[in-house]
Amino acid sequence: MGLRDERGPFFGEYGGRYMPESLIAAIDELTAAYEAMRLDPAAQAELAELHASYSGRPSIITEVPRFAEHAGGARIILKREDLNHTGSHKINNVLGQALLTRRLGKTRVIAETGAGQHGVATATAAALFGFDCTIYMGEVDTQRQALNVARMRLLGAEVVPVTTGSRTLKDAINEAYRDWVASVEATNYIFGTAAGPHPFPAMVRDFQKIIGEEAREQVLGLTGRLPDAVVACVGGGSNAIGIFDAFLDDPGVRLIGYEAAGEGVDTERHAASIERGRPGVLHGARTYVLQDEDGQTIESHSISAGLDYPGVGPEHAWLADIGRAEYLPATDTEAMDALRLLSRTEGIIPAIESAHALAGAMRLGRELGPDSIILVSLSGRGDKDMTTAGRWFGLFDEGAVG
Amino acid sequence: MTSPRELVGYLPVGFPDLQGSVDAAVALLEHGVTALELGIPYSDPVMDGPVIQEATNAALEAGFRIPMVFEAVAAIRERSTAPVYVMTYWNPVLQHGVDRFADELAAAGGTGLITPDITPDAAADWIATSDRTGLDRVFLAAPTSTDERLRLIASASRGWVYAVSTMGVTGAREDLDAAARALVPRIRAAGGERVYVGIGISTRPQVEEVWGYADGAIVGSAIVRAIRRDGAAGAAGIAAELSGR
Repeated sequence: MGLRDERGPFFGEYGGRYMPESLIAAIDELTAAYEAMRLDPAAQAELAELHASYSGRPSIITEVPRFAEHAGGARIILKREDLNHTGSHKINNVLGQALLTRRLGKTRVIAETGAGQHGVATATAAALFGFDCTIYMGEVDTQRQALNVARMRLLGAEVVPVTTGSRTLKDAINEAYRDWVASVEATNYIFGTAAGPHPFPAMVRDFQKIIGEEAREQVLGLTGRLPDAVVACVGGGSNAIGIFDAFLDDPGVRLIGYEAAGEGVDTERHAASIERGRPGVLHGARTYVLQDEDGQTIESHSISAGLDYPGVGPEHAWLADIGRAEYLPATDTEAMDALRLLSRTEGIIPAIESAHALAGAMRLGRELGPDSIILVSLSGRGDKDMTTAGRWFGLFDEGAVG
Repeated sequence: MTSPRELVGYLPVGFPDLQGSVDAAVALLEHGVTALELGIPYSDPVMDGPVIQEATNAALEAGFRIPMVFEAVAAIRERSTAPVYVMTYWNPVLQHGVDRFADELAAAGGTGLITPDITPDAAADWIATSDRTGLDRVFLAAPTSTDERLRLIASASRGWVYAVSTMGVTGAREDLDAAARALVPRIRAAGGERVYVGIGISTRPQVEEVWGYADGAIVGSAIVRAIRRDGAAGAAGIAAELSGR
């Protein structure tokens, strides 16, 4: 059995389903419906059609030689999930779970969101399928991603700013669970990342693995061989597992996830759950968690809202432990430098999340040298990040931004 | 049903501070509460509504640490023989060490654990440890639980089964869901000998209503509000009101 065939609930000692009994019936129902959908050719064909005619798949790959000059001359190839409808890889998963929602006969969806990309994707699918939609978003994130809040509301979703705890992604998940406990009869929870209780890690991976499946063929077509390394940013880890999956059983391909190191992985302000956390249970799964001695979750920090999460998907925890994938840090500063560099050398403005992978690729390229090929998951576009980037780089005219 | 009806009072350890929570707990027991549910403040309490979240956050900000739970249990035990259960999300137990946690709780005179975010099928280590230590283990049953799951919950629980009255998080509700009245006999049919009902209960009439079909009623948010307002005196007042004394 290959590494690709792991279906949960456990990935090694990680994963599982640590959930309140009140949600077990819904999760059992979801698990059964997903297994049926996974094996249903008509459903898979419908999803493929949505990808082709709605979200714009397959996404292209783009080689970026001018950027690569700053990465040791390695060949750098971007998988362009930023070109998907709604601007990130999140739509891949959401369309799948929207079909599943319809299959369950439910009429309302809820979701958590950090950067707002998953919220926008969910609001988009809700508009497309005619679902009622409520998005939970940490108050801190509603402020730093105000544009996405407006997008969600324009799409007809209710956006609830979450004011408990650290007011970021983890608290948005808590609040979404609280909603779900009370509304489970008619509501499906469209979970945004490959974390949480079974079946979400395996299901979200299944919906995202199209990224790597396409990219593997595209890189083979362009270069005649497999890449030396595949890199992606890791918050919860859905774009990373999506691009890694197709390469899991290619032992010659290094898989590297870059965690948000915030102000530095050796400071107290980062989101490097695998590098600095230890195993625990958070949001329904056993995985690496940033936590104190008592098991209280520690607030994470990253300039990128989408990576600002103190846990990580259990499959990544497992891949780290067995050594199949490596997890390394990229700081706020490194990510912002990479964001500006890609913008200026290639005319592509990446999401700050994805810029962590670009920063990692720059380091890795210098290590691997000019004969190497590095495939980078460009998981999202940077439009949503212009306020942050404008402030970081001083791009605004004085008085132009409040 | 001839056994006496129980009134379980919930309060978080360390709210407003360690001594304050011990005093409030004892006041509850002195005024008609028959068993305690001591909550461990946790950073991510997904089953709790706003009142309890606010109190547990305050306890965390005031410096709550896990060993305070055992101190609180021991201090209450010096002043009362009533059952003292600890309600905890799972990660704090896991990080303390399941065996170590159980040994320290038993040594302090604790009765058992109520575990809202794990189910028997995810609790093999706790089931083994509670068998070794003799601690009670209270699992939750929900209106949406299938009969098969109710059998699993009833057989895995020791002490009693916590019947979730309504689909939602903790917090007072004006009308108790009819779901509880339907759930309790289903739990009994599944083998649950003693069944207490919790979530949403905040008044004496609701307690009496629950006592009509279950072995116990669990009150949380209403007690926490009273403690927030008036400390141990508030606890005494609400306990007297709820117990009809």
